[in-house]
Amino acid sequence: MASHKSHHVKPVPTDQTAAELAHAHHDGSHGSVKSYLIGFILSVVLTAVPFAMTMMHLMPVATLIPVIIGIGVVQIVVHLVYFLHMNVSSSQVWNNAAFVVALIIVLILIVGTLWVMYHMNHNMMPGMMSVD
Amino acid sequence: MSSISGPIDGLKKELDSAYDHNPHDHHHAGDHHDEGPKVTLGFWIYLMSDCILFASVFAGYAVLKDGTAGGPNGRELFDLPYVAVETALLLISSLTYGLAMISMEANKLKGTIGWLVLTALCGLGFMGMEIHEFAKLIAEGNGPNRSAFLSGFFTLVGTHGLHVTSGLIWMGAMFVHLFKRGLTPQNRIRLMCLSLFWHFLDIIWIGVFTIVYLMGAA
Repeated sequence: MASHKSHHVKPVPTDQTAAELAHAHHDGSHGSVKSYLIGFILSVVLTAVPFAMTMMHLMPVATLIPVIIGIGVVQIVVHLVYFLHMNVSSSQVWNNAAFVVALIIVLILIVGTLWVMYHMNHNMMPGMMSVD
Repeated sequence: MSSISGPIDGLKKELDSAYDHNPHDHHHAGDHHDEGPKVTLGFWIYLMSDCILFASVFAGYAVLKDGTAGGPNGRELFDLPYVAVETALLLISSLTYGLAMISMEANKLKGTIGWLVLTALCGLGFMGMEIHEFAKLIAEGNGPNRSAFLSGFFTLVGTHGLHVTSGLIWMGAMFVHLFKRGLTPQNRIRLMCLSLFWHFLDIIWIGVFTIVYLMGAA
């Protein structure tokens, strides 16, 4: 691995692998078997729990819905960290900036739509409101 | 030298060396590290725009979900154990794709292809189950034309399904690339982008099973 040699001698495959692994580790952009398995096990749990709670009717619907939405949000964060390898390192700053912009637009879209449509239904068609 | 290798060979070598040889970089495949982040950032920005597309479709579904027009609602239609199997297939495919990326990092072509085959099989299984679910609903007269709720349902779940189908076609193309050229720097970048796409679709599915199936059946 002497630096003067690598200018004219192609690195042997083992060096290449080591260099790339070191780079990957430094970058944190590819993950390891362990991190994928941790992410997978967490996702299995975070999927199984809301399915079980819904199928077994463990709690009233008014409690169940915020709980499963909360678990869904946690699972999305788990996927972002363990599968998409999002982190706060400086090399990720533009990825994170794009993500934050998208998140703001998504929130405005969904919350705004529900808010507007709820009030429109409420004001325009009180007799046809679903009371289910 | 150029008389032995034909013009196409020469061009191919030129292309290879453009990617493989970088005198300023000590490690091999230097351009992978220079070009890769730019390409994946561009692809990431596309994914964020796709995220906004899905947000619109989710908002549409949320507004329409009570408009059953006298037809069946989610509680009567959704089969949660069936959806749990679909979810399991997508989750396993996310893990196997991750393992494909680790094989790629270790320069193991066979391992990469093997894990990708498993990923594709899970994806095909998911799509088969979803098409079966759609066909069953339509055959029972509960197609997208039945009610606003079912229009929203087919649009949202169908948009996700179309994305998964695109991912499977892309994976098929990657098999051809990998068999022809192996783990070249270009192919590594392509696999990176497909990895982002595939994991992104799994994240969208979390929203789908939570908001459509679980909240619909609750």
